[in-house]
Amino acid sequence: MLDNDVRQTQLWREFRDRVATLEAPERDELLASRARETRRNIVGMIFGAAAGHIGGDLSVTDILTALFGAVLRVDPANPRWQDRDRFILSKGHQAGALYATLAGCGFFAQDELESFMKPGSALNGHPNRNKVPGVETNTGPLGHGFPVAVGAALAARLTGRGFRVFVVLGDGEMQEGSNWEALMAGAQYGLSNLTAIVDRNRLQQGARTEDTNGLDPLDAKLESFGWEVRMIDGHDFTELLTALRPSTTGRPVAVIANTTKGKGVSFMEDKVEWHHKVPNSDQVALALEELS
Amino acid sequence: MSIAVESPSPTYDNRTAFSDELSSLAREDSRIVAVCSDSVGSSNLTGFRDEFPKRLINVGIAEQNLVGVGAGLANGGLVPFVCAAAPFLTGRALEQIKADVAYSQFRVVLCGMSPGMAYGELGPTHHSIEDLSWLRALPGLDIIVPADRAETREAVRWAAAQDHPTYIRVGRFKVPDVGSEDHPFLRGRFTRLREGTDVTIIATGTLVSRAQEAAEQLRVDGISARVLNASFIAPLDRESILAAARETRGIVTVEEATVTGGLGAAVASVVVESAFRVPVRILGVNGEFAPTGSTAFLLEYFGMTVRDIAVAANEVLSRA
Repeated sequence: MLDNDVRQTQLWREFRDRVATLEAPERDELLASRARETRRNIVGMIFGAAAGHIGGDLSVTDILTALFGAVLRVDPANPRWQDRDRFILSKGHQAGALYATLAGCGFFAQDELESFMKPGSALNGHPNRNKVPGVETNTGPLGHGFPVAVGAALAARLTGRGFRVFVVLGDGEMQEGSNWEALMAGAQYGLSNLTAIVDRNRLQQGARTEDTNGLDPLDAKLESFGWEVRMIDGHDFTELLTALRPSTTGRPVAVIANTTKGKGVSFMEDKVEWHHKVPNSDQVALALEELS
Repeated sequence: MSIAVESPSPTYDNRTAFSDELSSLAREDSRIVAVCSDSVGSSNLTGFRDEFPKRLINVGIAEQNLVGVGAGLANGGLVPFVCAAAPFLTGRALEQIKADVAYSQFRVVLCGMSPGMAYGELGPTHHSIEDLSWLRALPGLDIIVPADRAETREAVRWAAAQDHPTYIRVGRFKVPDVGSEDHPFLRGRFTRLREGTDVTIIATGTLVSRAQEAAEQLRVDGISARVLNASFIAPLDRESILAAARETRGIVTVEEATVTGGLGAAVASVVVESAFRVPVRILGVNGEFAPTGSTAFLLEYFGMTVRDIAVAANEVLSRA
């Protein structure tokens, strides 16, 4: 298990305090600036590893930044604190974005990011809870994180600990049947402490979701499964922070975060081939410039 | 003159011991919860539900969600017993068992109810003969196959106290007690139910009592058979297997499971890699989906009767 970076955690706490005291647009600019830094780390990690899933990493970054920068009650110095909020990355191939975010909170040292997917690294291509603090469950095969989130939300209720549970899903991942089993259970048990966020970038590995196994109207589907649905711009921090507030209906919350795959790097945006293509050094330079 | 007539031993459905012990444990430990997939009755959880209505989580007919929810409950600090018919638990949710339970290392107790060919006439879709092979392939998951009521109770209590996941194969086919309570229940250990010097019979679950009977028949024929109860399939008791290969002249294994990758295959791989290459016979389900028939009929059809075990013991000795 990697060790806590005490200094970085202190910086993260100060950052969270600043975010909490500010209001939009200053608050949003602060979060956006942090997201740009995370994206730069992601680009560097993927170039260094010559592997990774860059398009989805860049689409989900703002969601992760909002969660870890302003919402989750977690303690990087005590990652297994029993009352912590649970964050589960069901689309486990976005490990790069998760690691960059966790390192930013000091769950482990930023230097560790250089080991991403290198032989023997704790930072596998998909996250492992027994090696990386801040990871709640091992994901990778799609359709796994959501049922685990349902179980954790049930546990919060049964133990009376009352923590919240957040799960991030890919939109392509919603083609997995197990997610619909989890949706039914979440509504059946009235898990108002559970928020499922769909990173709706409309692209899956090989094509557009709607040309593959269409999900629309996703909001109506989730609504009909008994969830409180919030459709937002997944790159707008004011909308994200509003959508991540607790349920107002006693029902579990589904946030459809409309995003752009490859967000922030012009030549990657909304391009299917950037699902897991690795940028060359010229492209990295250009990407880092656009993200500065 | 009166003749002493030995009455046949009474037999038991191990699910009863399982649910009794689970309820007893739940009374002592509020972290114990049961999770099932519409399988309240078939998992014998009616009593648990009535006593602990909030601690019985029924996710409906959705085995993938069943296992994932179990992992999440463990993440949240509870000790979930995830109960479903063994074929659906281990077949439908195999990837959840791999990623969410074994790889994630959550303390989830997977309870495969009515395994083997317990569902007899319902046919191969409802038989769980592959579970041992599938689950043996996963690191970090202990596999327990209790042979009788006492061992079923031990397994329940033991698994709840670990910090890693366990699969318990909970038998439905009625079997007599085999005397487990006289032996310590130790992780990764077979129990030696009978001493023997000529041949070793290694049996698991429902077939342990038949191995004992076969050993008794062999004794009449002048053959001394050791009987090992393979309570744990994983971790594997290499030491007992090596001792059997060293100290007796042949090994017979018998399991209510496919011979592809199960107990027998595990035993054979230890023997062939050792310096003691005694003959091994592997009894189990071999090479076909079962025809229609009761559990007892199918055990006979696939050659797992007391007589089959005794014949196999003679056969390995003839090759020794």
